[in-house]
Amino acid sequence: MRHTIRQVFQSGKFVVGFAIFIVILLIVIIYPLIIPDPPLAIIGQGTFFEPGIYVNVYDSMVAPKYTLNLDNAATKRIASRLKDEDRLAMKEWLMAIGIAEAEIDIENTEQLLTLWETHYDPQAKISGMTNARRNYYIRLNDSLEGLLSTERAIIAAENAETGDLEEIDSVTQSEYVNINQVANVRFLPLGTDNFGRDVLTELITATRVSLKIGFVAGTIATLIGLTLGLVAGYIGGMVDDVIMFVTNLFTVIPSFVLLILISFSIGQEQRGAVTVAVVIGFTSWVWTARAVRAQVVSLRHRDHVNLSKLSGHSIAYIIFADILPYIASYVVMAMILQISSGILSEAGLSILGLGPRTTEVPTLGLMMNWAMIYQAHVLGKWWAYLPVLITIALITFSMNLMNTGLDQVFNPALRE
Amino acid sequence: MPDEKSNICLSASGLTKVFGSGRTKTVAVDHVDISLCEGEVVSIVGESGSGKTTLAKMLLGLLSPTEGEVYFQGKPRDISSHKKRKEYWKNIQAIFQDPFSSYNIFHKIDSVLLDCINMRGGRHLPYEEKVEMMTEACSFVNLKFDELTNKYPFELSGGQMQRLMIARIFLLDPKILVADEPTSMIDACSRATILDMLMQLRDDIGMTVIFITHDIGLAYYVSDNVYIMEQGVFVESGSADDVILHPKEPYTQRLISDVPKIYEEWDLSTV
Repeated sequence: MRHTIRQVFQSGKFVVGFAIFIVILLIVIIYPLIIPDPPLAIIGQGTFFEPGIYVNVYDSMVAPKYTLNLDNAATKRIASRLKDEDRLAMKEWLMAIGIAEAEIDIENTEQLLTLWETHYDPQAKISGMTNARRNYYIRLNDSLEGLLSTERAIIAAENAETGDLEEIDSVTQSEYVNINQVANVRFLPLGTDNFGRDVLTELITATRVSLKIGFVAGTIATLIGLTLGLVAGYIGGMVDDVIMFVTNLFTVIPSFVLLILISFSIGQEQRGAVTVAVVIGFTSWVWTARAVRAQVVSLRHRDHVNLSKLSGHSIAYIIFADILPYIASYVVMAMILQISSGILSEAGLSILGLGPRTTEVPTLGLMMNWAMIYQAHVLGKWWAYLPVLITIALITFSMNLMNTGLDQVFNPALRE
Repeated sequence: MPDEKSNICLSASGLTKVFGSGRTKTVAVDHVDISLCEGEVVSIVGESGSGKTTLAKMLLGLLSPTEGEVYFQGKPRDISSHKKRKEYWKNIQAIFQDPFSSYNIFHKIDSVLLDCINMRGGRHLPYEEKVEMMTEACSFVNLKFDELTNKYPFELSGGQMQRLMIARIFLLDPKILVADEPTSMIDACSRATILDMLMQLRDDIGMTVIFITHDIGLAYYVSDNVYIMEQGVFVESGSADDVILHPKEPYTQRLISDVPKIYEEWDLSTV
């Protein structure tokens, strides 16, 4: 036994899969201990805030200010404010007064601004340009000069008695605050979702729930499959025929269709995470049962089983002591696969809107469902669905890797 | 001869086993009659696939015959329930061909031997007494029990495993022993030891032994009566001297001529 375990941990594939899985498991367990926010708390007013560090504007106003003279601050500021359409308009104007297209690079803000400053003339008459267009260029030039100016901006507060605006503070363009000294900063590494919930917190809770669903479904499927396979394979005869008839029936009916029908008929109200897991478990035992039966059939005429019979052992004892240990490695492998396919089934069900009811817990499938309903994929809000996809892929990948590793250890013919 | 009849402890009539059906139908054993007297050694000799092992398993009750009846001590054998089977197996035991696959690799040697004591109704004996019995059984086959405790069967050599099988039989003390090619997986030196131990079981305890082998020389060496089996049928039977020294059937003659002799060049054209 100890030797086998050592062998298993010498298999590279298993170790990599196991490491990925353990890392996921640890994150799922430790993260809620550090950040105990409720996973479905709506923190953002609006949908799909981009990933990033959110700094409270009011708090940064009252935070201590430091003056830093940085060369490229103005360029960066303008670069971030200058929209693509403005850049194209600038290029159009510059080309109209006879500058070669090759000289103008709209991606290079500094070069573009230098060209603009030296050549722009509001009085210039360009044939074919409407008044509205000319005014647009004047406004654009004004806003650029405003960004480049060194004047201060005033922060005013309304006096409650007189209703006048009174200056309370002012900021210049070279003033900075230390982010550590701002009272309220929220880091949203994966932004927010369609309901304004922190995607990372949600994702980690969802992973935990999905793993739980996978484990429950995998355990149920393995237990049913194992029991039926053992009984059918060892006892044989009529019992075998009946069990295999039922199993073959289940093989022919696509289990996912069955899953959809059962989930639908249970109804939205009754569908908790555990119910969904049980339903998945009860529809996915078929292949385990068939494989276990095949293995047991090949074992039941072995000499050690005959010897155990001759020693007067009961059927139950023989199944548990002489058959089960011999197929235990296979059962462990099958269970790993069942767990990963349980997670996938849940995701498949939830994306169709047949997952656990939505008010309590997130699951990986539900997150995909929400992202799909609110068209995250059309709007390009990748943070709402891509991390979920990667998580599902990682879990399934790690489990399949563990399975292959185990297979190579227990089945020396597969070793390279 | 009423005297001889009362002496018969195991017999079978019309024993048949058919595997599969239709095109894949195979008749492994075809209407075989056999009877064993107490204390005798009977050999069943035949090539691979002649149905020897199937016959043995039917006699043991591990396979149910398609047709025919087995009589134990004159009465039809009844193994319909677990309790009755257990009772039957107190009287008939087996040693299998391959010692390496005869043991459950997850169980220690102690538990193999303790099972035998439990089966003989020694479940409630004090542990010291059980150890004493196991030590005695092991010394019967020249093994040291102290060295075997807490070991797994696969840590032993093939010869040691097969001797442990005999120790098991010694503890169980059945009336009949079915030895299904017990020496075919063992090297020649261990073979002689194991055969001697089997003979000792017969001589000391008076066990009836069914010895199944493909080696007709071995059969002559150990047995009183010999049955020659070809494709599920007994083609010749009788006392060892009659059958082997004066074979009538061509199949028997071929089996005898196929035994390789050291001093002769082996004629491969007859094979």
